[in-house]
Amino acid sequence: MTTHTTVTDLSTPVLGTALVPQADTKQTGKDFTSDQEVRWCPGCGDYAVLKAVQGFLPDLGLRRENIVFVSGIGCSSRFPYYLDTYGMHSIHGRAPSIATGIATAREDLSVWVVTGDGDALSIGGNHLIHALRRNVNMTILLFNNRIYGLTKGQYSPTSEAGKITKSTPMGSVDHPFNPVSLTLGAEASFVARTIDSDRKHLTSVLAAAAAHRGTSLVEIYQNCPIFNDGAFDAIKNPDTKADAIIPLVHGEQIRFGATLEDGQGHKCLVRDSGGGVRVAEVSEVAAEEILVHDAHNPDPTLAFAISRLTDSGYLNQSPIGIFRQVLRPTYDDQAREQVALSGGQGDLQALIDGGDVWTVDA
Amino acid sequence: MTVTPEKPIEQVERVIIRFAGDSGDGMQLTGDRFTQETAVFGNDLATFPSFPAEIRAPQGTIPGVSSFQLHFASRDILTPGDHPDVLVAMNPAALKANVDDLRKGAVIIVDTHDFTTRNLAKAGYADNPLDGDSLADYQVHALDLTGMTIEAVKEFGLSRKDAARSKNMYSLGLLSWMYGRPVEGTIDYVSTKFARKPDVRDANIAAFKAGYHFGETTEAFAVSYQVKPAEAPKGRYRNITGNLALSYGLVAAGRLADLPVFLGAYPITPASDILHELSKHKAFGVTTFQAEDEIAGIGGAIGASYAGHLGVTSTSGPGVSLKAEAMGLAVMLELPLVVVDVQRGGPSTGLPTKTEQADLLQAMFGRNGEAPLPVVAAQSPADCFDAAVEACRIAVTYRTPVMLLSDGYLANGSEPWRLPDVAALPPIEAGFATGPNHVSTAKDAKTGEETETADFWPYLRDPETLARPWAPPGTAGLEHRVGGLEKADGHGNISYDPANHDYMVRTRQAKVDGVRVPDLEVDDPSGAARMLVIGWGSTYGPIGAGVRRVRDRGLDVAQVHLRHLNPFPRNLGEILKRYDKVVVPEMNLGQLSLLLRAKYLVDAESRTNVRGMPFGAEEMEKILLESLADLGITQPGTADVLTAEEALR
Repeated sequence: MTTHTTVTDLSTPVLGTALVPQADTKQTGKDFTSDQEVRWCPGCGDYAVLKAVQGFLPDLGLRRENIVFVSGIGCSSRFPYYLDTYGMHSIHGRAPSIATGIATAREDLSVWVVTGDGDALSIGGNHLIHALRRNVNMTILLFNNRIYGLTKGQYSPTSEAGKITKSTPMGSVDHPFNPVSLTLGAEASFVARTIDSDRKHLTSVLAAAAAHRGTSLVEIYQNCPIFNDGAFDAIKNPDTKADAIIPLVHGEQIRFGATLEDGQGHKCLVRDSGGGVRVAEVSEVAAEEILVHDAHNPDPTLAFAISRLTDSGYLNQSPIGIFRQVLRPTYDDQAREQVALSGGQGDLQALIDGGDVWTVDA
Repeated sequence: MTVTPEKPIEQVERVIIRFAGDSGDGMQLTGDRFTQETAVFGNDLATFPSFPAEIRAPQGTIPGVSSFQLHFASRDILTPGDHPDVLVAMNPAALKANVDDLRKGAVIIVDTHDFTTRNLAKAGYADNPLDGDSLADYQVHALDLTGMTIEAVKEFGLSRKDAARSKNMYSLGLLSWMYGRPVEGTIDYVSTKFARKPDVRDANIAAFKAGYHFGETTEAFAVSYQVKPAEAPKGRYRNITGNLALSYGLVAAGRLADLPVFLGAYPITPASDILHELSKHKAFGVTTFQAEDEIAGIGGAIGASYAGHLGVTSTSGPGVSLKAEAMGLAVMLELPLVVVDVQRGGPSTGLPTKTEQADLLQAMFGRNGEAPLPVVAAQSPADCFDAAVEACRIAVTYRTPVMLLSDGYLANGSEPWRLPDVAALPPIEAGFATGPNHVSTAKDAKTGEETETADFWPYLRDPETLARPWAPPGTAGLEHRVGGLEKADGHGNISYDPANHDYMVRTRQAKVDGVRVPDLEVDDPSGAARMLVIGWGSTYGPIGAGVRRVRDRGLDVAQVHLRHLNPFPRNLGEILKRYDKVVVPEMNLGQLSLLLRAKYLVDAESRTNVRGMPFGAEEMEKILLESLADLGITQPGTADVLTAEEALR
């Protein structure tokens, strides 16, 4: 990992899984598959993510018993039941707080949170932003299908304004959250966005997220075929996705759209005069004006500006990739360090006998 | 500094002193120091701090008055006392707010400095009470304590305002002389506290000594008093508040169970001191997590318990409301967890700094579904230690969340604590699962051959305790999933089966019902009582004091006090049926009596007080006498029997 812009020099490990025991033998996806029947709707994007995670975990090379998946409530939160690791399917919105307890108590565990747009951004919004602020060593997979599935189709905090659902027959009047903007605002140290159907990209983001020490937030666009089918068609359709996806690769120019002779897109991102970022034609700007993505920039301003290029209505355009990846001290490492520095040799009798003590001789 | 016994010393059995002033006047500190001096001297004591919820309520007003009451005696006592013998009032509001509580003939020491027209008006006095005869029933010492303090510390070059701040130390010095308190502890305390501010340190010590010498030399005080040390069981003692004892109990339980303690908490009055205290004890492996809210506090604790730590969350009533759903999760997960509820006046924000015990039914039932959990209550400040250890023991042994009830009176009040010998405390067995606990058989579809595999069933119970195995992550082969959805008996997979749900609901209840708690021992010295008084929590002291008073009148009354509210002790039903009348005094509207009536079909008589204050001994005596009168039992002889004895209670 490149650490040229590390915010603070760390004496603690910089790899997310550094203190987690490695498996003795090579594992396969089957080792991580529980005996439970998967019960998502046919065609649900969750299947693809589950497959990708089951395929990815063996590559992580950790002992299965040292991996914990914690979830909240919602369709995606059934995830832990299908993985043969330790797991907890908890209560609505609270998984980040439970995971904080687990990660702080045990440095030898790889802790994952599986959540959805309603779970993480509505009922559990507070826990999400505080986990990110504290930078607890865990990876949060935020499945965003822009709808409530398990409660059968109400609009979610990421649904586009005006959405007609069971609870909004005249259209919703809520303005949606942009999860990446929100989490960058909470000063998350790792923020990425990927797509359920792009297994290769999803897996590469999972690898980077797991390797990151601190809270990694991965927003996964995930299609709900029952209540919000087609929400991500523009970025999945081969005819439109080149224009819809703004790919973010650290160290590379941000270009997209139909390719030019140099093999890269004809559109690019440049800074605009108002301090933000805009889309421009490559042919109309100087080469040095084209933004080169720097995920390691300690200042999140530019990452935030890029996140604003996500459509808040129907998704015709969205930056995809790792927005931000910087190192700063984690809550759990520091909390454990304080305990360790205290020596652990507390004398209970001396504690009890402290203060002004007097003796009564019968 | 030594007492020069030029003035006569009068022996007294007991004294109740109340220090009262503006909330910035340092009355809590003054009371604390006098208490420490008194504790070291060897008196039995009980304290009652009372302060507004506002950090600095409007200066000079009645709502801004902060007070600290101390009852100390040469015999054992049970309450902070009803009617002070001495009031130290630092301003008109402090006098007005407290004078009606005094016994006739009480001593009032007033700092006249703030008795200005403006401050008298703020306190609601039309005329200066020091001038008229409205205080004729009391011995009033009107002294310019502030002025004398400024004079005493002038050599330290402090501003007039800063100099005046030492007036609490001046009055502490005066009272220390009056009651022959040892003063070295206070001088050491001030020296340490202000070690980095030598001028403030020296001014405070000078003011303290000046107050002491003023007592010795002034003609205003003709005598000083002596309260001899109380007889107490042999041992080493310290004075301790409920919150501190409870914190030590949690630290001790971690040691006894050989588990790191993890406290997840959000600051809330009057429980915050537990968070503050535990954050100091990292050397005992204690981790404290100041969460973003009450829910995250318990969430973190549940996560830590899942990971093999002893998870604890501490709060007050409003926080318990917020934690309810997570407590239900802990019931379903069947993991050890201790939820500390330091109760305060409710509902809603209620009376944050006042006491009440109205969360009992919330503790019992305040969750969706059938979600039983054991409930343990502390009965006195020092008892918070034992109650905390007991709550942890049950949580770990039975893999269950446990509600530990304290309240504002116990949390901030203090009493002497006979120090336990740590080595004599019984260990708590964590007993983590270490390997498979079940054998599954499978038939090969082709060969028809049966194979056996050892596996792990997270909901296979201990037949004795009905506890499920505790298998923290990191143990190979025991990978399993838990969660809030109903689990199948044994293997623990999700189950919507009606019969399984019925079984699991009844089994979780049976587990809590089966928690082993000691039988009750009734206190009934004559064995002739027809009436039983039963309580729980912090009413222990007032009930005990009321019972003593009634017995001193020659009447019989039996007393029993509950540490365990869920499950109740096995012999409780039999005890209740033994008496013609059962009286239940509570600081709520009859929550324990409701439970006793429902469970045992007894006509438990509820007597309640929800004033945000503990029952007084006199008030309790009156309640008990009325209830006895209903039974046709009245005092033998004349009403003034044992008046002298009564004064000791």
